[in-house]
Amino acid sequence: MNVLALEFPSISHLTNWPEIAFGLNKVGLIYIFATVATLSIFLIGGSKKQMVPRGIQNIAESGVEFVREQVIMQTIGPDGLAFLPVLTTMFFFIFFSNITEVLPGVQFPANARFGIPLVLALMVWAIYWIVGFIKQGPLHYLKNATVPPGVPKAILPLVALIEFLQILIVRPFSQAVRLFANMLAGHLILVTFGVLCAALFALQWYVVLLPPTFVLLVFLTAFEVLVSFLQAFIFTILTAVYIGSSTHPEH
Amino acid sequence: MSVLQLIAQQDPGELEAGLTAVGRGIVYGGAAIGPGIGIGLVVGNAITAMARQPESAGTVRTTMFLGIAFTEALALFGFVLAFIITG
Repeated sequence: MNVLALEFPSISHLTNWPEIAFGLNKVGLIYIFATVATLSIFLIGGSKKQMVPRGIQNIAESGVEFVREQVIMQTIGPDGLAFLPVLTTMFFFIFFSNITEVLPGVQFPANARFGIPLVLALMVWAIYWIVGFIKQGPLHYLKNATVPPGVPKAILPLVALIEFLQILIVRPFSQAVRLFANMLAGHLILVTFGVLCAALFALQWYVVLLPPTFVLLVFLTAFEVLVSFLQAFIFTILTAVYIGSSTHPEH
Repeated sequence: MSVLQLIAQQDPGELEAGLTAVGRGIVYGGAAIGPGIGIGLVVGNAITAMARQPESAGTVRTTMFLGIAFTEALALFGFVLAFIITG
């Protein structure tokens, strides 16, 4: 009965990768893959400009249209279309570095390491501060962001402090942690069920537990595809919401 | 032999490791309660809104994902904190 005494690998064993070449490990290679994939989709897709899009151009156009209709139009509005390139690139980059979670042979979401999500979140932080400063001016931006309309005077200092911390720390931190922790949690779930399937694969009575575990593993893999897409979408849409709050103050 | 003496016989590192594991469980379990209820409320109300006004389903869906993202962040903080805790 060694089912419960399962040898589960430690968390550092699952996320620390040895160096492969040129100071790069698996995570770095996945990020290079994501960058190259994003670049090549838009460079190849934009090189022909056919009236009826086919192949890669089709992917590029539907991606741009998805970000324009579902993200920008729903949150910022027509004057947010200037941010279409950065949001589309961000969406595709995050999606490609997430989807390696279910890619056979790779099976590690690069965003399960905290570095790049943090850098992306800090980039978003810089974008919405700069946009707010340019569109509204520093003082107006700070006033509009920290003093919500219709708040009683008595609790105004507390609310202003909370809102200020929100735009200063909480937004980038929560955005980075959200992406990182979702991908890490997904990876751990897949590893858990993979290890469990491997441990149950034996000529013992507990092999009857293998089929349901394996079916669950397959379903969770499909679920992680959804999560990879959804996290890229949520990161992009939150970026759009933050930029939107810098362009249009709440009156 | 009393329980305290039993504990005293153990390797001190062992007790710490065990308590760390218990603490991790409590941290993540506690952090998952609120967001679980919250996401249920967000999605339930979004479905009600979509059923009442199917023509505004697009806006409702976007807002629903935003609400989920904000609510879920608390659970994820707990998840990360559970790993940060060391004995």
